[in-house]
Amino acid sequence: MFIIKNKFVFLTISAFIVLGSIVAILVYGLRLGIDFKGGTLLEVNYTNGRPETSLIAPVLASHKISDAIVQNVGESGLSIKSSPLLDTERVVLVNDLSLGGKYPLTQTTFNSIGPSVGHELTQKAIVAIIIVVIAIVLYIAFAFRGVSEPVSSWKYGFIAIATLVHDVAIPSGVFALLGHFHGAEVDTLFVVALLTVLGISVSDTIVVFDRIRENLKNRIAPTFSETVGRSLNQTFVRSINTSLTVILVLLSLYLFGPSTTKNFALVLIVGMFFGTYSSIFVASPLLVIVEQSQAKKALKHKKK
Amino acid sequence: MWKKRIWALIVVIIGLALGLYVYKSEPVNGHAPAKPAILTGFFNRHPNPFKLGLDLSGGTHLVYEADVSKIPSGQVSSSMEVLRNVVEARVNSKAVSGVLGVLEPLIQIKEGGIGAAGSEQLIVDLPGVTDVTQAEDTIGQTPTLDFRIKSDKEAAPINATVGPDGKVVLPEVDPYANYVSTGLTGRYLKTAAVQFDQNTGSPYVALTFDADGAQLFDAVTKANLGKTVAIFLDNKVISAPTVQSEITGGQAIITGSFSPQQAKALADSLSYGALPVPIHLLSSELIGPSLGAAAMHDGVKAGIIGFLVIALFLILWYRLPGVVAVVALGLYVVMTLAIFKLLHVTLSSAAIAGFIISIGVAVDANVLIFERIKEELHGGRTTSDAITAGFDRAWLSIRDSNISTMITAVILFSIFGGTFVRGFAITLLLGVLVSMLSAILITRLFLRSVATKDGTRATNFLFGSGFSSAKSKAVLKK
Repeated sequence: MFIIKNKFVFLTISAFIVLGSIVAILVYGLRLGIDFKGGTLLEVNYTNGRPETSLIAPVLASHKISDAIVQNVGESGLSIKSSPLLDTERVVLVNDLSLGGKYPLTQTTFNSIGPSVGHELTQKAIVAIIIVVIAIVLYIAFAFRGVSEPVSSWKYGFIAIATLVHDVAIPSGVFALLGHFHGAEVDTLFVVALLTVLGISVSDTIVVFDRIRENLKNRIAPTFSETVGRSLNQTFVRSINTSLTVILVLLSLYLFGPSTTKNFALVLIVGMFFGTYSSIFVASPLLVIVEQSQAKKALKHKKK
Repeated sequence: MWKKRIWALIVVIIGLALGLYVYKSEPVNGHAPAKPAILTGFFNRHPNPFKLGLDLSGGTHLVYEADVSKIPSGQVSSSMEVLRNVVEARVNSKAVSGVLGVLEPLIQIKEGGIGAAGSEQLIVDLPGVTDVTQAEDTIGQTPTLDFRIKSDKEAAPINATVGPDGKVVLPEVDPYANYVSTGLTGRYLKTAAVQFDQNTGSPYVALTFDADGAQLFDAVTKANLGKTVAIFLDNKVISAPTVQSEITGGQAIITGSFSPQQAKALADSLSYGALPVPIHLLSSELIGPSLGAAAMHDGVKAGIIGFLVIALFLILWYRLPGVVAVVALGLYVVMTLAIFKLLHVTLSSAAIAGFIISIGVAVDANVLIFERIKEELHGGRTTSDAITAGFDRAWLSIRDSNISTMITAVILFSIFGGTFVRGFAITLLLGVLVSMLSAILITRLFLRSVATKDGTRATNFLFGSGFSSAKSKAVLKK
């Protein structure tokens, strides 16, 4: 009941975090990776010591690559990101990067993505998110079709979506900050991570709603808000424990997993944390608010 | 009770056998395990390694766009299929000759799908290939189909030599070396299809030329009655029929002693020359083998550490049911890995991430069940009643919540065709499905078989959780 009584406090906290995330996205923007905008990523590993970055710049200039971002990777690696390169250009470039054989190297990664692929991916990502959201509203409306009193099953669906916006906005905001301060880039995995957060966060919300549905049927409390409050008391240990275990796994993926999935794990950790937070502190309070405003309207009708 | 325990034992044994299969069917350093044993002997003969994605095994990933704008919409998928077969044949022929060190090329058609109208793509994965230029050359060459006739000129004189044993040695002569082009090429071919002789049932390939081609063909056959017209694909003779009559109307057939499959392959090759699907490279990716091995190593390490941390948490928090859950989870992991092997699911780092997340989902189901059982125990039920009631109630939550994860996985799978996102979606989907089964069947069986006598302090402790024993809260409530 603590949560329901203080619902406006928690909703305000959430509203501030979401607002902050949106501001971060608007101010810093999401740094798009080559998956989306097209481009080339070339990574080489110097087997016998890495040349100074200042020596690399003239090589790139001689290839008329002006938009390259050069970064050191690990002990002896070097990564170069630029606009799309042809494979023939790459061969010469890799050769020249050894500075006439003075710095022997091996090429570890070459990834060149044309702009049209990036465009297609952007479209697909948007389509995927829209379809997932629609499918989830429909599914929840279907799964909760039995509980039309006092809040119709459609409203459960839309409240779930409201919490989803919350759960997706926050990791995106975190990523905008990461992109600004650490150069993290939005790639396909980021989209996959967001969609996974959608799926798991909704399943978390459904578990709470399922309990409310059951308790409404059994009429365990006189009022709707009290029923919701008791349902929360019954489910929050489970909610916290399950997301804790998933977060533990993700932490292990983040700390020990391959470098390619590090940011992916981070987005999921943030998403899971706020997904659990929202199913307890956002979804259920919203449900109570919807019910209360409905009741007020019904009262006005009666008076008339 | 004892019946349940025997069943539980059987399930554990099956799980161990599956684990042995997953472990033993994995070749050691690329070779089948060397230990001679009755059990391992089977796996030596049937090694079935995990199929690794390019990002783990290293290799080249090429994405081509096929320009299908000139192809009637009804024939797009069939011409893409032909394109795929031809590219596969090219890659394989190079692999056989050792030019490209391809272990198992994977060539997929990626249909435009939603949100990308008209764009057909061909995705070529070449594990182990690190020479992108050579790979591109192999695939990108334009195939040529042309019809040639024997040159009027005499063939170059053959230089016969006398071998050391006094016999005359004739050099090997390519019988088609002095054939010259008739100007009739695949450009004029409209269709090529396999048909079957009504009387003998043997397959032949039927060709249809367009108007210009029909005229050319007419002229060629008229001038070469009784002679051989050789059909060259990529400068290799694929068929050399003899002209039996002048052919007007642009219809021709190629007969020969081929099997239906060979006839199909020929028709496909001809169609490919006839229906040029121009392709151009959209993106290429090269992953060095050492990078892939490191990613693989890290992925496995993360999985093992994640599992151990969860196991520790479950046992400390949920005590006896926690132990049960860890055994059930172990079985779950083994079953899922075995399914990945048997279905040849390609494991990329994204796919491994999907699997690791599904472990979390599997834990979720167990936690839901245990929390429910605990509540039922607080409500004053006996242990075995509480287990039954707990499962019944938890099932609805598990079902509804997992379906939403599965919906997401299915949508990911169908929208992002042919990419590594699919790998993630497949492992997540399979993982969630298996986890539901394992929670509902295996955890229940195990819990029932370990259910102890009611009311003892031991039972209260073992089925308690966190900082409370099973009965303490119930007592407080009263």
